Amino acid sequence: MPLPRLIPCLDVAGGRVVKGVRFQGLRDVGDPVALGARYSEAGADELVYLDVAATVEERPLLAELVARVAEALAIPFTVGGGVRSCADAEALLQAGADKVAVNTAALERPALIGELASLLGSQAVVVAIDASRGEVYARAGTQPTGRDAVSWAREAQERGAGEILLTSIDADGTREGYDLPLTRAVAEAVTIPVIASGGAGEAGHIAEALEVAQAALLASIVHEDPERLRTLRSELRDLGVPLRDA
Amino acid sequence: MKVAICDYGAGNVRSVLAAFRRLGVEARSTRDPEEVLRADLAVLPGVGSAASAMAGLRAAGLDEALRARVGAGAPTLGICLGLQLALEETEEDGGVVGLGLLPGRATRLRTGRIPRIGWAPVEPGGAAYYFAHSYAAETEAATARSEGIVAIAERGSFLGVQFHPEKSGQAGARFLERCLSRA
Repeated sequence: MPLPRLIPCLDVAGGRVVKGVRFQGLRDVGDPVALGARYSEAGADELVYLDVAATVEERPLLAELVARVAEALAIPFTVGGGVRSCADAEALLQAGADKVAVNTAALERPALIGELASLLGSQAVVVAIDASRGEVYARAGTQPTGRDAVSWAREAQERGAGEILLTSIDADGTREGYDLPLTRAVAEAVTIPVIASGGAGEAGHIAEALEVAQAALLASIVHEDPERLRTLRSELRDLGVPLRDA
Repeated sequence: MKVAICDYGAGNVRSVLAAFRRLGVEARSTRDPEEVLRADLAVLPGVGSAASAMAGLRAAGLDEALRARVGAGAPTLGICLGLQLALEETEEDGGVVGLGLLPGRATRLRTGRIPRIGWAPVEPGGAAYYFAHSYAAETEAATARSEGIVAIAERGSFLGVQFHPEKSGQAGARFLERCLSRA
């Protein structure tokens, strides 16, 4: 297996990195390229750019941002948020993204996953799953779907997903640790890589998650502070996590 | 130094272009066989499915251009699917005939999580590079491996890499610099 990955997540809107609590009161915290470069220098294995506004009007701005990131950064990055169609995804990949993440659109029309996989290859298709108490939620975690997270992950894989980005709504933002039972259940149900997300508060949490999942998404724990990623990496190495020499 | 990146509708052309630009090298994406033939270094990138990629290469006449330049000893780099297409065949998409620049065939990975995604050390050398693949080469031309999987294969002037040097940070940049210095 490749080495475990640390993946900082940057929320973007209007071409800028933003920060807000549950999408309320978004605040500008910097340039996506400059912040991405600092994470890359601090040892990020990949990045995720999540368009939290995800409006149709924003798509050209997002593509321009993706092109600037691809120009500047020499590590892979995924773009998610508001990807509704093959055309959306193709535009992002052509602009230089390595992968796209789909969430609500795939729940509404699961065949989209297969279409994306045939068009772009499975390795470029990340299915993002937001779950609470085992149930999948759509629309940025606000709308229960009645679907079971484990069976949806399995279906996503069967339809051609290349990775699962699994966010625990219950753990997200708590900084009390990843939802290990949920992550383990999904990781055992699929044979594609799983990225654990939500709940990281300290290095020990990330080390636990990386025993179950192949990668850990890092959001609030490193937000506004790329240097924190550097110290986290050395703490994780001390805990015996085999990270790459960045 | 002229670097031509084959643009045939199945590559992460933009990222490869950017990687060369960061090294201060003039690289151009092209689907013109003449330009591919004449370049100091030609790069065959590739992501996605083998069948549609091979069809794209043929439609543009790039298959012949690549064979001609490798036949003439001109340095040529295949990346990821670009390595797999250079083999005699790949079992992807029910079987696709490749360019035959390298002996052997690409087969589906059988162990570990697939796609195999992430950074992994390449031996000899030990530097970690970024991989994202479901198929891999089985070839006697292998010169480096990662977890037993063919990471680099060379035959004549063709060099194929399974990883993505353009996405492999400083290690990747150093690798591309070495390719340029040989061109």
